[in-house]
Amino acid sequence: MELSSNLIIFYLLAAFMVVSAILAVASKRIMRAATCLLFVLIGTAGLYLLLNYHFLAAVQLSVYAGGILVLFLFAIFLTNPKGDAVEPRDKRRVIMGIAGALCGAVVTGIIVLKQFFLYPVPDGAIGDHEVSMKVIGTALMGTEKYQYLLPFEALSVLLLACIIGGILIARKS
Amino acid sequence: MISINHYLVLSTILFFVGIYGFIARKNMLAVLISVELVLNAVEINFSVFNRYLYPEQMEGMFFSLFGIAISAAETAVAIAIIINVYRNIQNIDIRHIDKLKG
Repeated sequence: MELSSNLIIFYLLAAFMVVSAILAVASKRIMRAATCLLFVLIGTAGLYLLLNYHFLAAVQLSVYAGGILVLFLFAIFLTNPKGDAVEPRDKRRVIMGIAGALCGAVVTGIIVLKQFFLYPVPDGAIGDHEVSMKVIGTALMGTEKYQYLLPFEALSVLLLACIIGGILIARKS
Repeated sequence: MISINHYLVLSTILFFVGIYGFIARKNMLAVLISVELVLNAVEINFSVFNRYLYPEQMEGMFFSLFGIAISAAETAVAIAIIINVYRNIQNIDIRHIDKLKG
């Protein structure tokens, strides 16, 4: 019973995400596109919850839906003097885009659907196997095998460089 | 039971919707939004593969985690560049940004 309700939730989330994604790339108003992107990101957080990655869902909501979206909205307000300008469509580009995306999607879809994965999925894999916060913390801060202190620090250096670079690029000379 | 293929088909659709937007949109911010869609699909894939194929480990989850952070950094720098371009030519339409063209 629980499994089928999981499936229903998955289908609802998937439909929601696909519709929002298509609206995000198809709507002419950039503000509406950003809002649809927000919906896709929230749906992704829902998928992470379905997969029992609760920490990842929290990070997704706070970093993506909280941080990046606000950045997008600021940029839209700063670069759009008319606010919500309508972007004229370029037919050649649209056709090129549809053709490219369809070719790729068909190839990838065939590969995905024909693929039988090497290891059969164990039944209890998605049950209540939640990664606890303590395990995540130790793995993120340890220096042994399968632990991630070095990438974590490299990431903090990257973020610092990104802050400095962003200020340098965007300041008024 | 949700099978792994459900997730993979969903992330394939999201990925190629993003590719379409990357090719078809003309506003630089809209192109950036499409890039975010693509990155998001990739992160779904990482965590789904981890959960279904190797549920005892968590490499995929950490890849998604670092991917989210890196895409945040990438967005910040890209938006700084876009704002700078707007300040210089009062436009962020990618057809008008051809100063480097020979």
